Amino acid sequence: MVDLVTFYDQSFASRFLIGSALYPSPQIMAAAVKASGANIITLSLRRQSPEKQGGKSYWEFIQELGCTLLPNTAGCHSAKEAVTLAKMSRDLFHSDWIKLEVIGDAYNLQPDPFGLLEAAAELIQDGFKVFPYCTDDLVVCQKLLDVGCEVLMPWGSPIGTGKGLINPYALQTIRERLTDVTLVIDAGIGLPSHACQAMELGYDAVLLNTAVAEARDQANMAQAFKHAIAAGRSAYLAGAVTERQTAKPSTPTLGMPFWHQQ
Amino acid sequence: MIEVSINDESKTCSVDTTIKTLLESCGFASDQIAVAVNAEFVPRSNYTSRRLNTGDQVEVLVPVQGG
Repeated sequence: MVDLVTFYDQSFASRFLIGSALYPSPQIMAAAVKASGANIITLSLRRQSPEKQGGKSYWEFIQELGCTLLPNTAGCHSAKEAVTLAKMSRDLFHSDWIKLEVIGDAYNLQPDPFGLLEAAAELIQDGFKVFPYCTDDLVVCQKLLDVGCEVLMPWGSPIGTGKGLINPYALQTIRERLTDVTLVIDAGIGLPSHACQAMELGYDAVLLNTAVAEARDQANMAQAFKHAIAAGRSAYLAGAVTERQTAKPSTPTLGMPFWHQQ
Repeated sequence: MIEVSINDESKTCSVDTTIKTLLESCGFASDQIAVAVNAEFVPRSNYTSRRLNTGDQVEVLVPVQGG
């Protein structure tokens, strides 16, 4: 069965979006991305002096992977900063995709819902295809849809914490209320089981970086996530049993030996 | 002469300096960068025509790894 995930007008086989940061070397990053099977990779823009441009850069390694690029606005703390950085990304990468991050609190890198909405509305008006990194607030998600987002990326937990899905109820509610939008869990995933849980909830994809990049064996961890995401997706499509409070035997009780009705 | 900053480093240039000539003098390859002046995005197509003024703050960004 062909089971593609769609982001705006493009469909992909892999439901694993992977970040390119924090790896010990670009070679290890490239090996992990290949092992992940991901079709989409995130990257960013930063200052760099020309003197440091010698040698093969991360950017060249990323290009050689042949993945679709999803540039981010990481580090932006206002809508204006994020909009400017998004426009710079489009100019350089020739792509209207942008992973929109507007951070509201430096302690837990929590998205600023107000700045996010403002930036998303402006960018969509300007032709961008916005992938907003947001909290698990249903109303914020609805407002982002209202301004034209066709993909939402609520956090599992704060970036880099590895805590997994700290509010499964909120995430499940978003899935149940917003049935037609492409939903991606972005941030906070630490273990393959967290990614599997997200997919079991009916999320369409998972975006993660730290859990692979800071693993002891990055390529093996990337492959573990690949399998976990596929398993969670299969489980969601297969339909899980309803949880019950009391035990129910699975072996037939009819014809049981040594049993005598009192 | 005019004084501008490029990624927070001061640079003295001639009065007719454009973004293109500034980038060339600093050694940036223009196909692998994106530019903003005074926090406003400048499209690549304007590098040749956009002249700089004293006090302009030029940001030159390159692709890097990101999450």
